[in-house]
Amino acid sequence: MSEVNNAFLLNELQDQFSANIFSVEEPYGMLTIEISKDINLALLTFLNKHPQIQMQFLTDVCGIHHPDLKGKELAVVYHLHSLVNNLRLRVKCHMSIDAPQINSITSIYSAANWQERETYDFFGIEFIGHPNLKRILNVDEMDYFPMRKEFPLEDPTRTDKNDNYFGR
Amino acid sequence: MENTITDFDHKSEYTKLNLGPTHPATHGIFQNILTMDGEIIVDAEQTCGYIHRAFEKIAEHRPFYQITPLTDRLNYCSSPINNMGWHMTVEKLLGVQTPKRVDYMRVIIMELARISDHLICNSVIGVDVGALTGFTYVFQWREKIYDIFEEICGARLTTNIGRIGGLERDFSPACIQKIREFLKEFPAILREFTNLLERNRIFMDRTIGVGGISAERALNYGFTGPNLRATGVDYDVRAMNPYCSYNDFDFIIPVGINGDTYDRFMVRQQEMWESHKIITQALENLPEGKYFAEVPQFFLPPKEEVYNNMEALIWHFKIVMGEADVPVGEVYHSVEGGNGELGFYLVSDGGRAAYRLHFRRPSFIYYQAYTEMIKGSTLSDAIVTMSSMNVIAGELDA
Repeated sequence: MSEVNNAFLLNELQDQFSANIFSVEEPYGMLTIEISKDINLALLTFLNKHPQIQMQFLTDVCGIHHPDLKGKELAVVYHLHSLVNNLRLRVKCHMSIDAPQINSITSIYSAANWQERETYDFFGIEFIGHPNLKRILNVDEMDYFPMRKEFPLEDPTRTDKNDNYFGR
Repeated sequence: MENTITDFDHKSEYTKLNLGPTHPATHGIFQNILTMDGEIIVDAEQTCGYIHRAFEKIAEHRPFYQITPLTDRLNYCSSPINNMGWHMTVEKLLGVQTPKRVDYMRVIIMELARISDHLICNSVIGVDVGALTGFTYVFQWREKIYDIFEEICGARLTTNIGRIGGLERDFSPACIQKIREFLKEFPAILREFTNLLERNRIFMDRTIGVGGISAERALNYGFTGPNLRATGVDYDVRAMNPYCSYNDFDFIIPVGINGDTYDRFMVRQQEMWESHKIITQALENLPEGKYFAEVPQFFLPPKEEVYNNMEALIWHFKIVMGEADVPVGEVYHSVEGGNGELGFYLVSDGGRAAYRLHFRRPSFIYYQAYTEMIKGSTLSDAIVTMSSMNVIAGELDA
């Protein structure tokens, strides 16, 4: 049995999903792949059920907003962990801000339930197939998604404080 | 038509019960909307966000040092672990190698914080089953741990301890003295606390088989920390991905079998002994050397130097104003917090502040299993299950 490491993992994924893997990086030792948002459920199911890789632990789900990347402004980032092999993987799915829909992975990981709700709450990413997709930390009446970059932290009309000097 | 028992809709007889948001037995602002069939819980729905403070948004507008006080307020029962976790994340991004002395000092502080976290959690389980005595015994010892923190950094609860690359100052002789005293006297207290509860018939009857979860379900729900280890899975970040020289120390990872309230309690009890062991080893073998790494562009210089040394003043100004260059990159770093794997996902675009910072907050992730864990149990069992899960409101809502 070959050792399960980043190279092996990438090889297995390329065999199955090569057409939908857009980029591969390895920042700080963690394999990071960018995939088509349509295959997120299929890819995570494959990793979960794979007899050697066994990525059965979902560490984290979060959203991220890149207003400058036209056509793929929003992203969902999954951090997965194979406890058996002690191997971590980061999976990113970019999508357009005009059609922020992605498959929910709650059918494989119960842990994704609240984390997807949180991502919806802050970024407005809709998870198709989520059992109870509603706001979780913000008030239900809120009609915007506050972690998107267009919402500044402070009053945007202020002129006495130059953002260049204070933080971003 | 006469009513028979078959066309009677028993669901219409269920009672809705609001447990919280400010219920004295929930130790924090948690709301649970329970559907009760008499005394039995049929369903529960949690409401979160009562103390949501938008930390992730604020973090996108602040230089790295100003994020440390935010991490204090996540799991405020063990804030030094959060502070160190954040500093280590930044160090990982910058590629800073810390001296061994820094690692050992950090380990001492983090394990003290773990003891104080577990002391609160375990004694509060006692309180929630009606045993107040243990709580009053051990709280004084949490106080002593806070005295040590005060000696190290000047603060007690929200510590804001340490710097990027090291600590703000070396351990003073008084601090070492206090740690030694604590190490000497704590075992007797912990033993006394153990005697009060561990084999106490009432306590066992109230906790064994209460709020259990299987290892498979716990893993699927993303459990980490003592809650996961109580189900028998020996996942501990300190052993799996050793950070901060944890691989230098000899300690075991206690695991439970049933994943119920009693096992969670027992795992924490054992972890306190292990933490005691780790602190003893770290203090015995505390290496000589500097208490900070040579990264002047990130390590805030001591105040005396800022006042008397031109170079230190410049660095101080540049750090406070966020002028230091940060590499572009993304990094995930996790530490074993008081209640599980506390992760920091930091995306840097080279700017002053983080482009995106996401906290992987263990209690936010495992609290969603609460419904499943309390279904079919009574209200009083639900209360003790909740306190044994060590859900901290500040961390839940971020």
